[in-house]
Amino acid sequence: MSSYLITGASIVGGEVADLLIDNGEIVAVGTDLAAPEGTTTVDAQGLIALPGLVDLHTHLREPGREDAETVLTGTRAAAKGGFTAVFAMANTDPVADTAGVVEQVWRLGRDAGYADVYPIGAVTVGRKGTQLAELGAMADSAARVRVFSDDGDCVWDAALMRRALEYVKAFDGVIAQHAQEPRLTQGAQMNEGALSGVLGLTGWPSVAEEAIIARDILLNAHVGSKLHICHLSTRGSVEIVRAAKRRGLEVTAEVTPHHLLLTEDLAASYNPVYKVNPPLRTKDDVEAVREGLADGTIDIVATDHAPHPVEDKDCEWSAAAFGMTGLETALSVVQHSMIDTKLLTWADVADRMSYRPASIGQISEHGRPLEAGVPANVVLYDPRVERTVVPEESVSLSRNTPFEGMTLPGKVVATFLRGTPVVLDGELTR
Amino acid sequence: MKHLLSAGDLSRDEANLILDTAEEMRSLADRPIKKLPALRGRTVVNLFFEDSTRTRISFEAAAKRLSADVINFSAKGSSVSKGESLKDTALTLQAMGADGVVCRHGSSGAPHLLAKSGWMTGSVVNAGDGTHEHPTQALLDAFTMRRHLGSLDGRRITIVGDVLHSRVARSNVLLLSTLGAEVTVVAPPTLLPVDMTSWPCATSYDLDGALAKTDAVMMLRVQRERMNDAFFPSAREYTRRYGLDRYRMAQLPDEAIVLHPGPMNRGMEISADVADSTRSVIVEQVTNGVAIRMAVLYLLLSGSNEEEQTA
Repeated sequence: MSSYLITGASIVGGEVADLLIDNGEIVAVGTDLAAPEGTTTVDAQGLIALPGLVDLHTHLREPGREDAETVLTGTRAAAKGGFTAVFAMANTDPVADTAGVVEQVWRLGRDAGYADVYPIGAVTVGRKGTQLAELGAMADSAARVRVFSDDGDCVWDAALMRRALEYVKAFDGVIAQHAQEPRLTQGAQMNEGALSGVLGLTGWPSVAEEAIIARDILLNAHVGSKLHICHLSTRGSVEIVRAAKRRGLEVTAEVTPHHLLLTEDLAASYNPVYKVNPPLRTKDDVEAVREGLADGTIDIVATDHAPHPVEDKDCEWSAAAFGMTGLETALSVVQHSMIDTKLLTWADVADRMSYRPASIGQISEHGRPLEAGVPANVVLYDPRVERTVVPEESVSLSRNTPFEGMTLPGKVVATFLRGTPVVLDGELTR
Repeated sequence: MKHLLSAGDLSRDEANLILDTAEEMRSLADRPIKKLPALRGRTVVNLFFEDSTRTRISFEAAAKRLSADVINFSAKGSSVSKGESLKDTALTLQAMGADGVVCRHGSSGAPHLLAKSGWMTGSVVNAGDGTHEHPTQALLDAFTMRRHLGSLDGRRITIVGDVLHSRVARSNVLLLSTLGAEVTVVAPPTLLPVDMTSWPCATSYDLDGALAKTDAVMMLRVQRERMNDAFFPSAREYTRRYGLDRYRMAQLPDEAIVLHPGPMNRGMEISADVADSTRSVIVEQVTNGVAIRMAVLYLLLSGSNEEEQTA
């Protein structure tokens, strides 16, 4: 395996040092490092070195919707965005609710080789919310599943949610809840508020998210398990999680890049590229999730990368699919909304986008500080450049980015997966 | 004006221009030959994704009286799941050279998408989209009121019923306030949008309290099935609290009129004796609908004709 000497990088935004990578590991961090013969030097002057990013919430669509994304194309997009590990959501077809399906996804990820793929198992059979899936079999499979989610649908039945939380204690699993009270969101199309009433689009009220989060935090406190809240989107949700953490209750939460930046006003265009679940909220909610991410109430950023083929978005709003792509723009959106606003430092970004998602997902190969002896999962990022988002430039199979035409800061220059550069000079290496 | 998508897009002058033009169009109805050559050679497509015979024939009559060629395109069902997508339909109409497309669609914003997507270049008239808007209905309502009440400036207009799901209510609130009227919407709290702060109207839950100060009352159609989603307990209770019967009608000032966009649920939101009373202008609304739609098509389509000739 080749060795690489990364020179002059700012280590997680701090001191400038060199990184020597050999045999898939970081072997030294410092200055004037002696490189073995045949080492390739990568000039990283002015670049920030971050630990490889970990996305706890990615839709890779395979098996079933290979017209939207495959494990291969999705992990290529991940690598391009600086992610070395992605957790693949279970809402595939067939649903990832058996050891067979999660092992298939896991193996596809290994074969692709652009980013490590950790399958998420469904909580209930077929994600139908009535019967527990064989969580233990998925946990014991080669895919070693620890995160379980019916994402796309809420585990709305309180008794079933309680049992799921209890059951995964046996193998230290975590239930990642898509918090959406179904009866309050029947036919929901966008955030419920003044604008939904004017546009005549059925509202998705904040309380439908907040009520489930509050319920699940209490359920989890009762049974002492691990609860993770997917794509938290409202001020009320931030306040509930903040209060719970203050009381010492166990809960972790994620926010998506799009909820950190975009607001419901975009729905006034009736352009379904802005249709997403949970919906884009208000400016006040955006401020709240930024504050929550800054003060640690929200633990991580997760993309909820949700690719869709053109025909599922190039249509009237109510017929369109929910979801937005996000892997390739996540770090730029976080720089724009959190770094350039002085709410986070780069060390915090390493925490929110690498260390902590790896810790919640219980993987040890990723999310390690950049120091000697850890797997060489490294991102080099140039925060000084600007780019305008062009959907056609995406390496994802899908084009449904809500950031089209926006100018965002920063660019991933290189991504190393266990010492192998999968992105170099801003381009995929193969 | 290139399109008519929302009543809120109309300035007061534009709205009055449409109403004044409709007045001229309406005088045509009294002549033995009801046809004008204004849109000869122009093609108007009635693109109806929802069944609505009354609105479609109203537009059809309007376009024909202006000598336009009319194509009725009934395309039930939505894109992706059933049949052809909205986009492919639009591309087809573009290829056929549609100058104007009158669009009725179950999805809020569909006419907006047709107009803004670049799929077609013709003018788009929103003939009702989902629970969003129905601007020509609001125009014909305003036209009808104006004929009975004169200027709408300062006139008190009460709209009663399922505002939450009503495209008629949305367009009327926007247009009537533009024309200077004082609008109050009355409904049970469950049938009002949760946040109406941006609506240029007052809201009330009490019909009896509003009627004495009303120059025109508009009763909206309320679907009985709404009670299955707990919007109200029963049809009888709805009628008791929000239906317009002759006892309630008696509270109205002497000159006040009663409107309904149709189709009516007689016995639900409006009693038969009110619907058939002398205060009811419901049948006249239908007549005026043709005049309004003539005015809209004329103003949208004859203008582009002149542009092409001068170009």
